[in-house]
Amino acid sequence: MAIKVVYLGKLAEIAGRDESELVPSSGVLDWADLAEMLRIHVNPQISDALCDERTVLALNGAVLPDKHSLEARHGDEVALLPPVSGG
Amino acid sequence: MFRDIRLIGAAFDPNSAVDALSAATPGAGGVATFTGKVRVTGGVEALELSHYEPLTLPGMEQLALQAEKRFDLLGLVIIHRVGRMNRGEPIVCVSAAAHHRRAAIDAVDFCMDHLKSAAWFWKRELRAGDWHWIEPRADDYADLARWDAK
Repeated sequence: MAIKVVYLGKLAEIAGRDESELVPSSGVLDWADLAEMLRIHVNPQISDALCDERTVLALNGAVLPDKHSLEARHGDEVALLPPVSGG
Repeated sequence: MFRDIRLIGAAFDPNSAVDALSAATPGAGGVATFTGKVRVTGGVEALELSHYEPLTLPGMEQLALQAEKRFDLLGLVIIHRVGRMNRGEPIVCVSAAAHHRRAAIDAVDFCMDHLKSAAWFWKRELRAGDWHWIEPRADDYADLARWDAK
């Protein structure tokens, strides 16, 4: 089991894929782990985009009020959400 | 309260949704409708909207509840396209039925301002063969902020 990371909007273009699977050695993925693992396993650009203050995180379909409080475990889905535009 | 909140992956006919709203709200004094379409000018060849399943439709349903709480409505339609659209195709349709015109018109305005810059959609345009991501303009954020002040 792994943690699924989903990229939305232009973040999918930056990551060069729609999703990734990350397996943190400790079993728990926190904010620092996510930034580090994206940098190593995907690319530095997506890690930078994650740190952009306008990028929001959702964990299992619920938006995190503070993305730095992320704590994901095996089987969870983390979504990286850039600024929205609809209508 | 008549409610029709949908995400649609293929071309749709806004008129049939508005007709259904009208038919379901015989006591309404009026129906206000806004339909947003892909521009035929400005060099846009196509538009693509992506969404995130766990958030987008639940967010639209939440928006409908907020509108119903805020305005005295008899019925509300919010239909939003996702996927690739061609010039002239409808992107979004918001329609509200109410006893009085102000509630209907304001509810449509309120929902559209939220859909533009506070709903879970990501939009890109195809121009001269290249895709460009679209972010809300300062005006869109200002339009949204009007509702906080009221």
